[in-house]
Amino acid sequence: MPEEIIFTSGGTESNNFAIKSTAFSNREKNHIITSKVEHDCVLNSCRWLESQGFKVTYVGVDEFGAVNPLDVKKAITKKTCLVTIMHANNEVGTINNISEIGKICKENGVYFHSDACQSYTKVPIDIKEMNINLLTINSHKIHGPKGVGALFIKKGTKIKAWQSGGSHEFNLRAGTENVSGIIGFAKAVQISNKKNVEYLTKLRDYTIKKIQENINDIKLNGAIGSDRLCNNVNFSFKGIEGEGILLMLSEKRIMVSTGSACSSTSLEASHVLLAMGLKHEIAHGSIRFSFSKYNTIKEIDYLIKVLKPIIAKLRAMSPLYSSDKK
Amino acid sequence: MMYSKKVIENFTHPMNVGELKNPDGVGKVGNPVCGDVMEIHIKVENNRIKDIKFKTFGCASAIATSSMITQLAKGKTLDEARKITKADVAKELEGLPKLKMHCSNLAEEALNAAIDNYENKSKQSFVRHECHGCNKKCEKRK
Repeated sequence: MPEEIIFTSGGTESNNFAIKSTAFSNREKNHIITSKVEHDCVLNSCRWLESQGFKVTYVGVDEFGAVNPLDVKKAITKKTCLVTIMHANNEVGTINNISEIGKICKENGVYFHSDACQSYTKVPIDIKEMNINLLTINSHKIHGPKGVGALFIKKGTKIKAWQSGGSHEFNLRAGTENVSGIIGFAKAVQISNKKNVEYLTKLRDYTIKKIQENINDIKLNGAIGSDRLCNNVNFSFKGIEGEGILLMLSEKRIMVSTGSACSSTSLEASHVLLAMGLKHEIAHGSIRFSFSKYNTIKEIDYLIKVLKPIIAKLRAMSPLYSSDKK
Repeated sequence: MMYSKKVIENFTHPMNVGELKNPDGVGKVGNPVCGDVMEIHIKVENNRIKDIKFKTFGCASAIATSSMITQLAKGKTLDEARKITKADVAKELEGLPKLKMHCSNLAEEALNAAIDNYENKSKQSFVRHECHGCNKKCEKRK
C-alpha cells in the first residue's frame, strides 16, 4: 500500500530511522539483534542505541559472510524488539537467507528489518512471504539519483516519526520531500530489468574465472553462485595491500574499492572480512570490483590485462610475498 | 585519500626496490596485522651507505616513504643517515596525510634497524610492532 512507503534521503537515513525509532517506540523491550557485517550506518545506529541503554547482540557469520538464521533464533530473548539483518552484503555480495530469518522473527513476535540497498531489483524480495516489517532501499544503487531512498513500513508496525516537524509522509518523516529525486528513483525502478541481472551474472562469473586463471595466490571472498549478488566480485591478493592496487588501477582508469568504500579514511582492515575469519594481512589485500549494466566483457579483458602486471609489481616489492615463497 | 604528486611519483616509480646480495645490515619493522612491514638492506663501505634496497608490504605512502628514505640515505655516512628523521622524509615527499604519518616513522625505524644490525653485527631481527597507533579502534591494539 502506498502509505507503507516512506521516502527518505537514502539508505543511511532509512536504516537510522528504522532501527532507532523502532527501538524507542517499543521501550518496554530493550534488545536488538544485528550481525557483525552490516553497513556502518546500521552498526553505528546500534552502537548509539547501546549508549542509550539498549542491549545489542552482534551475531557472527560463516566463512562466506552469511548469517546463520539459527544464530538469530538463539539470540532472541523476551526483551528483543528488533532483528536487523542485511539482505545482501555490500562488500562481499553474500545474500542472506532473510526468508528464514523473517519466519523466525514472526514466530517470536519480533520486528524484522532488512537493509536491501544492495539487493533491490537484483534479488527477488517478497515482503509478505519473507515476513518483513521494515525494508530499506535506495535509489543511486540502481542508477537513480543520489540523495533519495525509502523505508517500507508494514502497516501496523509500532514506529513513530524520528525527525520532528510537519506531517509529511503520513506523519512519519517530517521535511519537504525530494520530489524530483523520488520521480527519478521511481523511473530507475521501472527501467530495472531481469535481463540486466542475467547480464551482470555473466560479467561477474567471467571476471572471477579470468582472475583465477591469470593470477596466483588469491582468495575469492564471499559466496559463490546464486548466493552471491550478480554485480559483486571481491578478491584478496596475498602479500600485498589493497590501496596500492586501487591507486595503480585508478591510473589505468579503473575504479575499484578496498574493503568498504566508506573506509577510505580508516586504516583498519574490513570488518566484514575479519568477521568471516580472514587474517588481517589477507584482509588488508582485498579489492572489490562492482559492475553495472554499462560495463562490458571487453572492459573486463582490459582489467585482467592491467591487473596482472600490477599485482606482480607490488608483490615484487613485498617482503611478505617473497618470504611466503621461501 | 589525497596524496601529493611526490608521493604518487615515489609510489608508482619507487627507487631502490629489492634486496641486496650479502647485505651488511638488514632492518625489518612493522606488523602485517596493521598492514605494513618494511625491510631495508644496506651495503656499507668506509662507514658510508654504498648501496641500499627496500621491500615493503603496505599502502602507497608506506612504499613512497621507503623509496624516499633510501634515496636520502644513499651515499651518506652512517652518522648522517641516522640523523634522517621522519619529518625529513615527509618534507621531501611534500607532505603526508595525517592518517599516514606513521609510515614515515616506520621508514626511519627500518633504516635505523638496518644500521643497528650492521654496527652490532647482531642477528638480523624483525622488530615486530605491537601496534604503532594507526587506529585507535583496532581490536588488535593492546
